Parts: sequence; C-alpha cells; structure tokens
Amino acid sequence: MDLTVGPNQFFWGAETWRDFYAELADEAPVDRVVLGELVCSKRLPFYQADIPGAVERLQAAGKRVALTSLALVTLKRERKLMAELFETGLEIEVNDLTALAHLPEGAAFGVGPLVNCYNEGTAAWLATRGAGRICLPPELPLTSVTAITAACPAPVEVWGWGRLPLAISGRCYHARLHDRAKDNCQFVCDTDPDGREVETLDGQPFLAVNGVQTLSAACANAAHQLGPLRNAGVSALRLSPQSAGFTAVCRDFRALADGRMSAAELSARNLPDAPGGAYCDGFLTGMSGVAWSQAG
Amino acid sequence: MELVCPAGTPAALRAAVAAGAHTVYCGYADDTNARNFPGLNFSRAEMEAAIAHAHAQCAKVLVAINTFPRAGDPGPWHAAVADAAAAGADAVILADTGLLAHTAEHHPDLRRHLSVQAAAANPDAINFHAEAFGVKRVVLPRVLSVQEITAINREIDVETEVFVFGGLCVMAEGRCSLSSYATGQSPNMNGVCSPASHVAYDEDADGTLSARLGGFTIHRSARGEPAPYPTLCKGCFTSNARTGYVFEDPTSLDASQLIPQLAKAGVSALKIEGRQRSRAYVAKVVRAFRAATDALAAGRPIPPGTLAALTEGQSATTGAYAKTWR
Repeated sequence: MDLTVGPNQFFWGAETWRDFYAELADEAPVDRVVLGELVCSKRLPFYQADIPGAVERLQAAGKRVALTSLALVTLKRERKLMAELFETGLEIEVNDLTALAHLPEGAAFGVGPLVNCYNEGTAAWLATRGAGRICLPPELPLTSVTAITAACPAPVEVWGWGRLPLAISGRCYHARLHDRAKDNCQFVCDTDPDGREVETLDGQPFLAVNGVQTLSAACANAAHQLGPLRNAGVSALRLSPQSAGFTAVCRDFRALADGRMSAAELSARNLPDAPGGAYCDGFLTGMSGVAWSQAG
Repeated sequence: MELVCPAGTPAALRAAVAAGAHTVYCGYADDTNARNFPGLNFSRAEMEAAIAHAHAQCAKVLVAINTFPRAGDPGPWHAAVADAAAAGADAVILADTGLLAHTAEHHPDLRRHLSVQAAAANPDAINFHAEAFGVKRVVLPRVLSVQEITAINREIDVETEVFVFGGLCVMAEGRCSLSSYATGQSPNMNGVCSPASHVAYDEDADGTLSARLGGFTIHRSARGEPAPYPTLCKGCFTSNARTGYVFEDPTSLDASQLIPQLAKAGVSALKIEGRQRSRAYVAKVVRAFRAATDALAAGRPIPPGTLAALTEGQSATTGAYAKTWR
C-alpha cells in the first residue's frame, strides 16, 4: 500500500508552509506528495515562490511529486493559472475538470478526490484520456471502491486520513463569519490552521469552515479499513495535512501498512493531534459519513 | 427566452404546459434523477404519454438523468437514457462524465444538456464538455454573477440555461456531500439532499421547535415563528460562540427582476426549480414567469414580484447573480 500526501487544504504562512514540506521531505516515509493550492487562488501568492524549492527537496528525498489544480475555477486569472500548471512539466493532479481543457496532448495526469469519479464508466473514460492514477471521492462506499478498482486500468487511491472535503462554494464562509465580503476577506482563514469548527445548536462538533471549503469536523481515519481496501485492490491511501503531528501520522500509516502497528494503536497515538479530536470512517462502511466504526 | 419548468408528476407536467411552459423537465421514478423523492417522478408509460402530450401542445420535454451511476450497476442509468431516447425526449440532462460518454457513443442523435450537477463554472469547462461529449446546452451553477455569465457566453458556442426561481444551492452543485456526511444519502449518489426520512422535530415545554437532521440539531424556532425545512446548508450553527446561518439564510432564489439582464447576457433559457412542488405551485410560478418572458419579448418592463409568498422561509434573494456577498 503506497502513501500519498494530499495538498494542504488550509492557509498557512509561508514559513510554516516551508517547514512543513521540508520535514515531510526529510522525515515522512511517504511515496508521493501532491502540493499547491487547492482551495482558494488568493492564497497562492503568499507561498508560490516557495513551491519550486519544496518540489526539489521532496524529489531529492525520492518522493514523487505532483501539483494540484484548484478545486473550483471561475475567474479569468484562475483559468490562466490552470493553463500554466501544465507548463511546469510536473505531473498535475486534476481536481476540477477545467484543468483537462488545458491538458497538452498525451500528457499524463492524476485525478484528485474532488473530481466526480463515482463509477467505472467515468474511471475508464478518465484513464483513456490519460489519467495515470485516480483518487476516489471520499463519499464512496467500499462497495463502489471495489467495483471501480476492479474495472479501472489506473491505480486507485482512497482518502485515508484528515478532515473530509465535503463541499466547495463560490462564497467564502470565513469572510462571512467575520462580516466581510469575499473580495475584502483580509485572508482571515489564516487564523484557523485546521479550519474553523462549526457546531450544531446542541454544541456538537459537526463541520469545519476553511474559506470557500466546508470540511468535516471529525478527522477521517481509514486505518481500520486497511484490510478490505487492500482486498479491493486499492493501491494507495491519501493522508491530508494537518498543522500538528503530521509526520507521526505518516510514520504510523507506514507501520500499519507494513504490519508493524495495529489500527487501534495508530488511532490511539494520533488522536491528540487529529483535527477535531474525533474520528469518522462512515463513508466507507457506515450508515453515514460521520459514523465511526470503532465507536463503543 | 425559453422557460424551462419543473414537473414531478404527470399532472404537474400538464399544469406547467397549460400555464405556458415552453419546456418541461422531469425524471424517472428511481435514483437516476436528483429529485428522487417518494411519490414523485414518472414511470416509463407516464413519460411516453407526457412527452406525447407536451409535443401536441408544442412544448418540449427534457429528461433529467443527473445523478452519478452507482459503481458496478450502471444498468438503470443506461436504461433511463435509452428509454428517454425511445420516448422522444427533446434532450437528456446529464452530469456524470461516464454517462455523457456512453450517451454520446450509443445515442449520438439524442440532444445532451449538461446538468448543473456537473458544475461547469467557466468557459474552459463548458467548451471541454461540448468538444468531448457534444453537449448543446449547459445549465450554469448558481455561483455566477450576471457579469460572469455575460463573459462566459462570449467564449462558448453552446446555449446557457440559468435558474431564476426556487431552491438555491449555496455550494457548487454536484460537489457537495454534506447530506451524506450527516444522513448517508446525497444528491450525487441517491438523488436526495437532507432527506425528509432523516428529519425529526422536538417541541419543548415553551413551544420551541427543534429540527434535527440525521440527529444533528440545525434549527430552532420559537412558538409561532416560521420553521423552514432543515436543509443542511441553510441550517443554524454555532462557531466560536457566534450562532447564526453560517452558510446561507433559509432563503430561496427569485431572479425574476433580472430577466432583462440575463437576456442581455446571452442566456437562452430560464429554469424554475421545484420538481418536488405541487401542481398548483408549478402552475402559479409558470404563469408568472411566462408573463415575464412575454413582457420581455414585447419590450415591456417585468411585472413586479407576485411570488414572494411562494418562496422558502418567506425570504428571497437574487443569489449570486447580483453577488452582494462578493
């Protein structure tokens, strides 16, 4: 089972960003890293200049590297950004089909979890088009994962760890919570390095707001589903960055995949730093996404 | 300007046509369409009869097959496309990439519209779907302003259809799994959002009504206050001690006053949401919007809103079109 680190979903300062990828390169036993801006194009200028250095360091450490597209492309400058991605010569992970419009003939690409690949028909079409790997939408149940993996010529990856990307919008909820318009957000999402928690009226943690993105409050954790995912033919787990303890998460998933650590131990060790302090894995096998298979 | 109206039942379809709908959209009674609610939608025989009825009145019928086929079980979706073609549907409304490819290959003469659930929000995405799958019309996501729609229409060769009235997604459509996170049922996979089967109400001693969805309390209203349906993205939440509608107020879309601007923006068709609505509702809304499109065609001003009482939670917004939140 390979491990892929997904693009950081949150807005971190440039120094934090640099340190995170330096540590990842030097210390995290992962096979592949996808980086770049997924959520909001306005964040990119703050760390764009640091991307080439991070790519170089990750590659030097033997990791395969891909750049992500944006998840929702509307503005002209965002379309231009998508076109420029392919000029880097790196593998691109498409998270909005808009990026495919700019794909040079024959160029390899990856498909990210925010592309609606719900079935083997779509997976086959994407593979024919040149998709070298596909990370499935986190919403899919294990039965769908199994059916797609069985029919898909490209390696299939599944969401393994991190707050779940549940929705993307044209509106910025961070700005709305601060009574600001999106165009005058003053980059207020940088105050919540793992997203801003949203509770129900009973005070139950439920969702997390991250600019234009809405995430689960709970941290998805597929550790206890490793056996079924492996049996289904899934070839990689995606680990989504968090502000603290992420290298430990990577190490423990490596140990889990190598049979050196139990899922229970992984879950217990990493709970203190898991965003939201609670787990879910219900999209794979539960009644709803928020469900946790190990709940008492 | 073409008026595209909803029909959840054959009776609603006849009511919409009688009220002046140029076009009606509807779906089969299964999870191939995004309004898969109990008691709604069309059997095969009903669809054939409905299309014959509409065509006799010079109205068109679009069949929505706009959920994402279940992995390992594409049969119902492929059958829906084949049956819509055989029944004489004027077009199918599709969202899934694989189903678009299948339809383009196996039913090349069946006109294909790109569902709003495909969330094609810019000219590149729209042109890509036109080139790859021969899509002739795209239903635009409700995240765009009139200005942005104008710019899009300058760069594409296919028709655009926009929502002007009814329920309002605040997330990019087709890219939201909030509902299945809380309930296990989602628009993409099951054709439902915040399903009624997962809604529960509690009334406490002072008459406060709490609405729960999948066990999560997302709305409270005092005695006598309106209690809007607990749709997740319009729920009431708390974040850092601040309680309110974090995503959107319980509001619905009314862009009737923007029809002239939308026409100027190059929009071909106006769409009314509400296949789950009653025949009487559909007739009333269609009549009002037909009066508006007739006024537009005659160069008269759009009659002022008479539909306020029909909007969800008694409040209406022009949504992203005027983009007050940008």
